[in-house]
Amino acid sequence: MKNLTLLFLAFFGLSFTFVDGPGYDIGETATDFELMNVDGEMVSLSDMENVKGYIVTFTCNHCPYAVMYEDRLIELHNKFAPMGYPVVAINPNDPQVQPADGYDEMKNRASEKAFPFVYLFDEGQHIYPQYGATKTPHVFLLDANRVVKYIGAIDDNPRDASAVEVKYVENAIMALEGGLNPDPQSTKAIGCSIKSK
Amino acid sequence: MRLIIIVSILIVSTGFCKAQDWTLDDIEVYHSFDAFENVLKKKDNFTYIINFWATWCGPCVKELPYFEAMNRSYGDKHVKIILVSLDFEKQIESRLIPFLNKNEIRSEVVLLLDKKESSWIDRVDPEWSGALPITIVYNQENRVFYEKTFHSEHELEEILKPFLN
Repeated sequence: MKNLTLLFLAFFGLSFTFVDGPGYDIGETATDFELMNVDGEMVSLSDMENVKGYIVTFTCNHCPYAVMYEDRLIELHNKFAPMGYPVVAINPNDPQVQPADGYDEMKNRASEKAFPFVYLFDEGQHIYPQYGATKTPHVFLLDANRVVKYIGAIDDNPRDASAVEVKYVENAIMALEGGLNPDPQSTKAIGCSIKSK
Repeated sequence: MRLIIIVSILIVSTGFCKAQDWTLDDIEVYHSFDAFENVLKKKDNFTYIINFWATWCGPCVKELPYFEAMNRSYGDKHVKIILVSLDFEKQIESRLIPFLNKNEIRSEVVLLLDKKESSWIDRVDPEWSGALPITIVYNQENRVFYEKTFHSEHELEEILKPFLN
């Protein structure tokens, strides 16, 4: 009987996944986590003080699209962390599949680029599936209560920072600051699929 | 002479089959998605296997041989493979073309350079998150979309088969 119940639960869980799709929708509350930063410290969102929101960004070392956005992520953090919206970068890739995204390689890249934000390693890959991240880079803007307010791209021109017309994340933060919901609430961009076995 | 004619007829009738080294002229370049969109909506008697990829995308490069195998096995059975490269404009000659030559790619390759990705990803397929690679198989009757990496020739063949009946 117990087995049958488990089977039922497994089946139900599976069908639910298919119907609803994995990951968060706008308005859902995102999970906190405890992940290792490139400085060796464990970091949780709840550790951060005086925040009004979090720019949770799944990104990595190896993906050209992630690399194209490194400088723009640094700018975002420098502009918005003082306002209470820090960038929280998370590498979701399995280094056994993509060796360039190992923890030591993350430390090197963070130091080369002098990342002003935390760069966390999703060891065991437990966090990115809960968020529903599918690629790098992939942004989830959360408010202070970790409610998902915006999902998607940083701006509308990954390949050419100088030709950007719409800064999605920046606009979304400004909307939150004004007590409004971001518009658009989600966008899409090309990225590298998250590497897992 | 007769041989040449026969060979030419064979080449024409089996669709695209690149035989020599790749040059810039061999690659159709689309600067706007509007111009490209027809590649996804051709109304003829062929079944199209469209793969979005890039030389910088590891999983894409890994699965390319399976698409090449489809080109070899089904190229004469009203099946066309079109590899849609999302390589960067400044890397066409330094990276894309050498890659095509080194790996002896024989399927048709086109290049999509429209930078406003957020405006056209949904037009490729609303299900697409934007991660590479993706594969679309379509003909006049049916269409399927896969945001995944194929792990064998067989796996790809299985999704093609229903289109050939």
